[in-house]
Amino acid sequence: MADLKEQIGKLCPQAQFDTEGEFLLITIDDAQWHPLAVSLKRELHFDQLMALVGMDWGEALGVMCYLTNTESGDIVHVKVSTANRETPRLHSVSDVWAVANYQEREVYDFFGIVFVNHPDMRRFFLRNDWVGHPLRKDYDASPEKNPLRLDDETNEDYTCSWVEDDKGNVTKKHGLVFDFDEYVINFGPQHPSTHGVMRYRVSLDGEIVKKVDVVSGYIHRGIEKMCESLTWPQTLLYTERMDYMAAHINRHCLCLCIEKAMGLEVPRRAELIRLMMDELMRLSSHLLSYGCLTMDQGTTTAFFYGFRDRELIYDIFDRTCGARMSMSYSTIGGVVADVHPDFVNDVRHACDVIEKNMKEYHQLFTGNVIARNRMVGVGTLSREQAVDYCITGPSGRASGVHCDVRKTHPYSRYEEFDFDEVTRTGGDSMARYMVRMDEMLQSIKILRQACDKLEQEGIQGEYCAKVPKMIKLPAGHWYQQVEASRGAFGVYIESDGDAKPFQKPYRMHFQTPCFNLIGVVDLTCRDNMIADLITITASIDFVIPDIDR
Amino acid sequence: MEVKKPKIKSMKYEDFKDNEYIEDLLAQLNASGVNVVVGKADQLLNWSRSNSLWPFCFGTSCCAIEFMCLGAARYDMARFGAEVARNSPRQADYIMCQGTITYRMAPVLKRLYEQMAEPKYVIACGACTVSGGPFKNSYCVVKGVDEIIPVDVYLPGCPPRPEAMFYALMQLQRKIKVSRFLGGANRKEKLTYDPEPCLE
Repeated sequence: MADLKEQIGKLCPQAQFDTEGEFLLITIDDAQWHPLAVSLKRELHFDQLMALVGMDWGEALGVMCYLTNTESGDIVHVKVSTANRETPRLHSVSDVWAVANYQEREVYDFFGIVFVNHPDMRRFFLRNDWVGHPLRKDYDASPEKNPLRLDDETNEDYTCSWVEDDKGNVTKKHGLVFDFDEYVINFGPQHPSTHGVMRYRVSLDGEIVKKVDVVSGYIHRGIEKMCESLTWPQTLLYTERMDYMAAHINRHCLCLCIEKAMGLEVPRRAELIRLMMDELMRLSSHLLSYGCLTMDQGTTTAFFYGFRDRELIYDIFDRTCGARMSMSYSTIGGVVADVHPDFVNDVRHACDVIEKNMKEYHQLFTGNVIARNRMVGVGTLSREQAVDYCITGPSGRASGVHCDVRKTHPYSRYEEFDFDEVTRTGGDSMARYMVRMDEMLQSIKILRQACDKLEQEGIQGEYCAKVPKMIKLPAGHWYQQVEASRGAFGVYIESDGDAKPFQKPYRMHFQTPCFNLIGVVDLTCRDNMIADLITITASIDFVIPDIDR
Repeated sequence: MEVKKPKIKSMKYEDFKDNEYIEDLLAQLNASGVNVVVGKADQLLNWSRSNSLWPFCFGTSCCAIEFMCLGAARYDMARFGAEVARNSPRQADYIMCQGTITYRMAPVLKRLYEQMAEPKYVIACGACTVSGGPFKNSYCVVKGVDEIIPVDVYLPGCPPRPEAMFYALMQLQRKIKVSRFLGGANRKEKLTYDPEPCLE
């Protein structure tokens, strides 16, 4: 950390540093932010923007940016504040890290911070006739301001951007989303192949896709704002309803983050149980993804095969957690109840069955000539693009990025396990599909080792640490990442150290993997056929509530 | 003749939890007697309609995954004649609203409902569609789909288990079995309950 501080100090003498927290904190004025961002990327190889968290600090608004160096794994975070609340402005870094494009649109939507030189400052989650910016602390939530409107929303045909000239004057400019002579079709939000409620506006030349404009927010539920009115343990509920195919993993992440802030030691056996649930969840998610990908290409039989095996995993959840989905099993300090006495046997059985059936999946689908024609070489994403757009998880690893959080920043007890990080170099739909299939085998490998460990440490035993009834965190902020089914899932929490009995988060932000994935829809679908849009988005594998939160 | 109590294969009438409203419906239908010919025709229609309910694929979040399980091998919705999930509202008989409806989605849902052909039914599936559920306090979540469209069956749970979804489906079948499609108009003057406001 000291080295980094020295190096960054040389690059930017105005920066202030704070080494107290878990990562190096750099505080900088907006004027030096863009040059610092450029030099951080060029000189110190901070090539990935993991998270961009909008903040309302009362006197000013601002952002927290978490940057990572994909080679060394170093993480720093930068705090940038606006000059005032009335006309909050920051400089955009979307030209430095491409992922910032959508993330800055999110911050604009929630906080009203205008990013100067950003190409497309439209709202992203809320209706375009929405009044106010909901995550500001002074937001007026009265239903008269924003009633339930049943009239159709107007299409946004113009982009809006604030451009700065050489003298520092900022002017508002408008551009076109699509040119006047382009042929634009609407796709979604009610369409079976969008895997939820996602809408694309697609510009076509014949059957070739020229541009995709993503319109999201049809399932934006305002989770981050609601978390600010709940106590810490209550907020756990929402993590499972974002990416419901990684319900356990997301909840695990928030638990880890709160435990880190409390300085709470979790029993080793509880961590093992959580880890096993995570891997079961990953298996179930990849099976679903297999089922949906195949069904989108017309192979309904394969869909049934995938869902048949998922039921085995659901049975395990059902017996131990008492629910098939939204299990609410992890809690602060461990898990809520001990595992079912037959848990280990059930897991071993499920592993055996799925491993055996994997061969069947490959026979049925992978070698199929139609599947290969539609997936090999289609929707290619290069390694550089994947890093630039912060694509993690199976989609990132299919492009050759080593981004498995279980390997790069091990949490729980992953460092004790022997498993491989599956990567491929193709970066096309086939590679993404194959990474998932191979990851299922790795999950089975982890689960088998975990079963042995659990037997050694006792089928029944300690499962939760002693946790105070009122959970209070000291003032500060924390960030935690885990490897969810679709990529790195991050949680940012900030506490103001409030001494009242029921302490509530000052800010809670979820950096979801699927949010970054929408950034590459346009990139991967461009110049492909309109029918390939379906297979590409299926292979990227979205969960829409994870994007919209 | 009279309209009989609805029968569902494999589940006894007494095992259903809320038979009172079915009996209310029956009393209303039988109040002024039922024509033999038209009544038989109604029976035939109700029988066929209730056993081939085609759902409309409308899933916004978690409940949709359980709905997919419903269609898959273990639960097998085909046993109820309801496996033909349609992607177009024009071809569907009922819409099972799975998942939260937000302010941005509300006009879309309303339009989709209006595009469906009569007779059409709605099952509000999951806590979000019943009342807003865990997201009730949000700034942009509709507090129950009944604010937008009429609901026939409310199905609580977050998400409901597939068994619960079947229960809701059977309730809908029962409701269809005690309805009158033909021969109601001539007897309007004898109705004991309030006529609908649009008839005034």
